[in-house]
Parts: sequence; structure tokens; C-alpha cells
Amino acid sequence: MTNTTDKKTGISRRSLLKTGAAAVGLAAGSGAITGFPTIWAQNPITLRQFGTGVSNLNAIADKCKADLGVTLEMTATDSDAAAQRAVTQPDSYDIADIEYWIAKKVYPSGVMQPMDVKKLKYYDKIVPLFITGKLTPDSVIAQGTAPHTVGFVEAQDAKTFAKQPTQWMTMVPTIYNADTLGIRPDLVGRDITTWADIMDPAFKGKAAILNISSIGIMDAAMIMEAMGNIKYADKGNMTKEEIDKTIDFLIKAKQDGQFRAFWKSFDESVNLMASGEVVIQSMWSPAVAAVRSKGIACKYQPLKEGYRSWGGGLGLAAHLKGAELDAAYEYINWYLSGWVGAYLNRQGYYSAAMDSAKQFMSEDEWGYWVDGKPAKGDIMAPDGKVMEKAGAVRDGGSFVERMGKVACWNSVMDEDRYMVRRWNEFIAA
Amino acid sequence: MTVALDQPLAAAKSARRRRVSIGAVAPYLQATPLALILGVFLLLPILMIAVVSFWDYDFAAMYPDFLTTNYSDTLGSWVTWKTYLNTLKYAAIVWALTLFVGFWVAYFLAFHIRTTAMQMVLFLVCTVPFLTSNIIRMISWIPVLGRNGLVNSTLVQMGLIPKPIEWLLYSEFAVVLAMVHLYALFMVTPIFNTLMRIDKSLIEAARDAGASGWQVLWNVIIPLAKPGMAIGTIFVVTLVMADFSTVQVMSGGQSASVALMMKNQMSLLQYPAAAANAVVLLVLVLLMVAGILRIVDIRKEL
Repeated sequence: MTNTTDKKTGISRRSLLKTGAAAVGLAAGSGAITGFPTIWAQNPITLRQFGTGVSNLNAIADKCKADLGVTLEMTATDSDAAAQRAVTQPDSYDIADIEYWIAKKVYPSGVMQPMDVKKLKYYDKIVPLFITGKLTPDSVIAQGTAPHTVGFVEAQDAKTFAKQPTQWMTMVPTIYNADTLGIRPDLVGRDITTWADIMDPAFKGKAAILNISSIGIMDAAMIMEAMGNIKYADKGNMTKEEIDKTIDFLIKAKQDGQFRAFWKSFDESVNLMASGEVVIQSMWSPAVAAVRSKGIACKYQPLKEGYRSWGGGLGLAAHLKGAELDAAYEYINWYLSGWVGAYLNRQGYYSAAMDSAKQFMSEDEWGYWVDGKPAKGDIMAPDGKVMEKAGAVRDGGSFVERMGKVACWNSVMDEDRYMVRRWNEFIAA
Repeated sequence: MTVALDQPLAAAKSARRRRVSIGAVAPYLQATPLALILGVFLLLPILMIAVVSFWDYDFAAMYPDFLTTNYSDTLGSWVTWKTYLNTLKYAAIVWALTLFVGFWVAYFLAFHIRTTAMQMVLFLVCTVPFLTSNIIRMISWIPVLGRNGLVNSTLVQMGLIPKPIEWLLYSEFAVVLAMVHLYALFMVTPIFNTLMRIDKSLIEAARDAGASGWQVLWNVIIPLAKPGMAIGTIFVVTLVMADFSTVQVMSGGQSASVALMMKNQMSLLQYPAAAANAVVLLVLVLLMVAGILRIVDIRKEL
């Protein structure tokens, strides 16, 4: 009996330790961010920024401290926790770094204040996609929670979004990208041109989609429409009938064995692709780069229906005022002034003010990442690793080609809760 | 009348208590630390889960309330029933397999190994895999079972199968295999322990009375091993019922378990719904444990 009890407690103690270690790791991580020497001791200003992991980068906090003397305390959460924190603990942050669809949920609760565009030095440089919704004057406005639809309010104290650009901007865009399907060009054996190809019987048991309901449903919508099964009024805001039809289709495809797996985290998607378990799947751009860095061919395949796009921005907490508010404006102006933009562009994302970022990038870097030209020399990641060899061309081409073909934006639906419930049925089916 | 009678009685009692006060309080003092720990770290959290399971919620917050919708949503959905059935199915299969494997391993250790030293050495060998994290033990199956994994590439190269077997990984087979691997020792240990306690003279007596090997096994050893099997069963069943990582990783996210359903709800911050689910699962598992205890008296073991 003693043996047994020992075994039992041994295991649970180990898992306890694991959780404990994770908590300590988290604490140490946040400590590393806040532990800067105070150079500007005469007027130390600290801004607390929280948000989804993508743009909470230590390099940005370091550079901000060096350039502005403002200490950035950054906290990263997943998107659902970010939405919750934004609403329920409005005093716990100064700057919210959240996606636009989260802003649609959060802003009307009055925990944020809009920014006066007159105080934004680089307002005119912000890509028009975030102002009018059109990248070029003749672009078609994409479906879903397009950033410009939640980008402005009528007045400083307004809680409802304005239909057109005003003086009051809710969020300044920081980082965005266009997502599509990733493929193994060596294993698919044919050209992939449309979202519908993921349902090709030839790829039975070799396809995967992501199991994050709010994004997965959009990928599913792109697939459904490409197959001609349905025409959505707005993919980003489906009716109950449309949700039912989409989920029923997914359940049938799952039961027919079309999918090999559903992935939830970045590394799962990398492993599925690198091991050859899956040859076509929904994927994020850095995951494609990670597969390629293992020496395995992987392509971020542009598709004729267009991309599913996402974007985040910085918003100000309602409680900010005085020196802190000025510092926040200063920080946001600095964010748009080019260094950060170049840093993000070099990771394969896009920055809000492309022109200012250009000054901080070499001609070759700009040509590869933004203009879609073949790289003249090796393309380096921000940490100095070679990302792409000379001669490589970015999948999908230039900024205008990629962001000009956005079919829909990540979004939050009115029938959100119903959609999540049905999505869980799909996973359980 | 009663009051008058009670009073001298109570006075006498309290006098006696005062006289033996240290001796009477000692057991309570001894029990206090454990009671405190269990109360604060087990009963209180469970109570909180039960309370929260009646609250209302939206994407942002939870609101104290007394609603039964969390339960009616949970119990009224076919997803829940299907998921519970699925989890029970895993529990039943894994239980049967670990019991079979565990019993024979324990039997071999207890009756076929002559020296106690060797028994201990071999028993420790059984526990060696447990020196690594169970996540690692689980994930290490992936390169073995994958489409281009060890098993498939070996079989294909030997010409035994024309193309890789798909159902080895990301399937229910993979989930059951990993669970049996992870939990078999929880069955071996208690059974080994009971088998070691069996008085060898009982077996000799059975032999002398003319019992065959199978009859000894069936009529003497297995009945005496039942408490160990029951304890192993409790471990395995509760572990499988509460598992989410094995199911998620080994089925490639294609299969559902009750704990995985709770994890999904929690990641969407639907804590009250997850709490309701947790209460239902707790009740179910307690009923199962109560059932096991009714069938087998494990106190014999202690």
C-alpha cells in the first residue's frame, strides 16, 4: 500500500511542480521586462501595455526605453483573456494592444478613450486600409470586422463607431497580415489555386484546419464559398442558418476522414507540416517560415478567393491623463515613426505606416518583404538568422498584391455564443 | 424533568473531561493539520466550483446568480452525452487492458521471481519510464506511430504493407495505446502489493487438496488480489476520466473527452459552464468509486 501511495503522490507532485515552474517562469519573464535601469530618474514614466502575444516584443520595449525614456511593462495573454481583461480590469493597463475584432467587443463598454488624430504626427502616413478600408482607391472593402469600421468614433466621449473617418481614432494600427493555406509543394503533386482544394478527396486524411473557433470558422467560410456551397451575406457575421450549414458541412467532412488533425498552437501546425502528416492546412506566416527553416519545402499559397486577414492596434485606457497621456501619445508617435515598423516588416508582418518604416530598411529588405522582388542577398531575421537565401521571392508577392486581396477580416459575430457551441459539436462529432 | 436529570449528568461529564483534557484533545490536535489542509485546499475549492457553476457569465465577466442554465445547457446537449460516452468508453477499454497487463506483470513478479532482491530490481525497472514527464512519454509516440514514423516505415520497407497505415496516429487507437502506456503501472503496483501478501501456505494447501494451476489462480489468487485490483481500478478510472492532454495530442484534436470540453470552455472564459461540467464529472467519478468500493472491500488491504 505504501508503494501505491508513493507513486500516486509522486505523480501529482510532479504535475504540481510543473505548474509551479510555469508560474515562476511567467513571473521571471515579466520581471525581465520591467527590470530596466531607470535612466530618466527625474521623470520616470511607466506605461503598462497588455495584449495578444504577437507584438508584445521585448526588443520594442528596449528600444522605447532607449529612445523615449519611457518604460514599457508588457503582459501577453491570449485573445479571449485580453478581451476579458480589457473590460473587467480597465485600471490595470494604460495601453491595450488588441485585435480590431476584440476592440469591437471592448470599446463600447467605455474603458478606452479615442485618440485625437491632430496629435498623431504620422496620421497621414497610416495605410488607407485602416482609414477608408481601401488599400488602393479601387479596392473592394473586405467582409468581417474590417479595421476601418471600428477605427473611429464620432466624438471624444462617443461609444458607437463612426461610419467614416473622424477626428477621433479608437486604435492606431500596429501589426497586420494576410493569412492563407500552407502547402507542402513537394507532396501535393498539383497546383493549389483555391480554398476549395483543401477538400479535394486526393488530400483525404492529409488536411488540417485550426481549432480556434473564431478563426477556424472564417477559414471554413472561405472554403464553403470557394466550393460554391453557399454565398454569405457577410462571412464575418453569419446568421444562425449560415453557421448551421457551415458546421454541418465540416462535420460531414470530418466523418468522411478528410482531416488528419486540428491544431491549436503554432508548434502543432509546424510539426504536422514538417512530419508530412499533413500536406495542406490553415497556417500562420511565421509557421511557414519555421517549417522552411528545417529545410523542408513549404509554401504560403496565395489563393484566387483572396486572404483572411487580421490586424491589431494600440488603444488608450480611459483613465490616462496628464503626463501619462502625453507619454502615451509620444509612444504611439514613436511606434509609427519607422523603427518598429521596419522591425515588424522584417518578420513578415506589415506595419501601419509603411513609408516611415522604409527609411529603416535596406533596399534589398524592402524589395523582398514589401515589393515582392527577388532577394539580392540573404534575408536575415531580426535575430540575425538567415531566413531566406538570395534569389527567394515572397509567397504571394508584394504588399499591395497581398493586402489588396483580402476577402475577409477576423471578426466577432453577433451569434458568437451559438457559433462556439456549434464549433464544439464539430470537434466532438 | 429531563432538564433536571440532564444537568447532573452533564456536570459529571464535564468534570471527567477536565480531568482527562489533554488525552481527549490530543486526537483532535493530531487531526487538525490534515483537516485544515484538506479543508482549505480541497473542500473549499470544490465548494467554490459548485457555487460558481450556478453563476451567469458573458465574454467579460461572471455574475453571482442562481441559474440552472449551466446545467441544463450541459446536460441538454448531445455533445455532452456523446463526450461522456466517449470518455467512459476510453475508461472501460483502458481499464480492461491495464488490468490484464498489470495483473500478469504483477503475477510474474510475485510468483515467478524467487528472490526478493530481484523482485525489487524488476519492480524498479517497471518504474523507470516514470522518471520522465508523462507529457514526454506521450509525445514520444508521435514519431513512432506517424505516417512516416518508425512502425510504418519499417513495415513498408519490409514489404509487409504497400502504404503506411493511417490509423496508427491521430486515432482512438493512439489514444488508448498512450493511456495504457501511461497508466499501466498504477495497476501493477497495488496488485503486486496484494499478491506479495498472499500467504504461500494457502497455495500449498490448495495444491495439496488437488487444485490445478488454473484452479489455484481462479479460486485462491484472484479473489485475494481483488483489493489491489480495486485500488488500481480507482487510479486508472479517475486518471482516464480526468485526462485531456493525451486525448488532444494523440487524437490530433479530433476526439473529445470531458476534461477537454472543460478546457475549451475555460479557454473561452466560460468558467461557470466549465464549473457545472466539473461538478457533473465529480459526481459521476465519485459514484464510480463508490460502486467499486461496494464490490470490493479494500480495507482488507490496509
